[in-house]
Amino acid sequence: MINEILTMNGYGLYVWSAFSFTLLSFTSLYLIIKIQYVKEKRKFVTKFGSLNSERATVAKSQSINKEILSNTTSF
Amino acid sequence: MFKYFEPNKIFSITSKAPKYVLLLFIIILSIGLTEALIFSPEDYKQSQSVRIMYVHVPAAWTCLGIFSIITFLSTTGYIFKIRNFFLISKSLAPSGFVFNIIALVTGSIWGKPTWGTWWAWDARITSMLILALFYILYLIAWRIYDDNDKAFKATSFITILGIINVPIIKYSVDWWNTLHQPASINILSKSSIHLSMLYPLLIMTAAFALFSLLIFLMKYNTELIKIKNKGLDRL
Repeated sequence: MINEILTMNGYGLYVWSAFSFTLLSFTSLYLIIKIQYVKEKRKFVTKFGSLNSERATVAKSQSINKEILSNTTSF
Repeated sequence: MFKYFEPNKIFSITSKAPKYVLLLFIIILSIGLTEALIFSPEDYKQSQSVRIMYVHVPAAWTCLGIFSIITFLSTTGYIFKIRNFFLISKSLAPSGFVFNIIALVTGSIWGKPTWGTWWAWDARITSMLILALFYILYLIAWRIYDDNDKAFKATSFITILGIINVPIIKYSVDWWNTLHQPASINILSKSSIHLSMLYPLLIMTAAFALFSLLIFLMKYNTELIKIKNKGLDRL
């Protein structure tokens, strides 16, 4: 059974390479976008930390900024 | 109506949604892969090589769909001056481009056992390659222009030109003699594909659509944070 799935009547190389290429592309794109996200978020947190209290209060008045700071998940 | 599309209002949703979309994507993809690689039957003509269809066709459908959405949003955004539509389009483009490449590469892999060649300058394949070039132009335009207005204008122009190619891709197999087979699935008339193959194909398409949604949400959030970073500089 497993041998049949792997060889696929002699088409295994084509089928598996097509599926592997697809999954590899998915993983690469996901990682690239995730790295970009983490980088931008780190930049934001660093910049926010360097603001003086007056500017920080102004920045915090925007709900989206609060949302970015509170959102600690990797997304 | 457009005020509901304001980034500040939707960020609370877009920042939380990816983890749920990722989970759903993994579940649907696992079901789709099991169906596509194990349970779906082999084709009487193409034997097991037909399984490549389960990645090739959804990738082609998704990249065409994404390009159409990008064109609609770019032109609407340009006419009604809705900046967020451009941000949505920009965030959709990476997954559209990757799906286009997947469609080309898996099509090439499928072509070898079926037609005996990796590549042919056939109408369908060539028009898909042209679509990939439009995706590249679109992505480059965002990198080239620092000025947003210029980027909006350039990307709208590229998508309007590129959308002409979409019906050409769709009807290329009917208008010209091509190596590529005609469509097996028709919305308006009876499809020639058997249900045992149609279901895995639809499940894989749902998985691909979820993946593009996931990438879109992550990219959109990144772009929003980028804008907010610039906003902090101006404070």
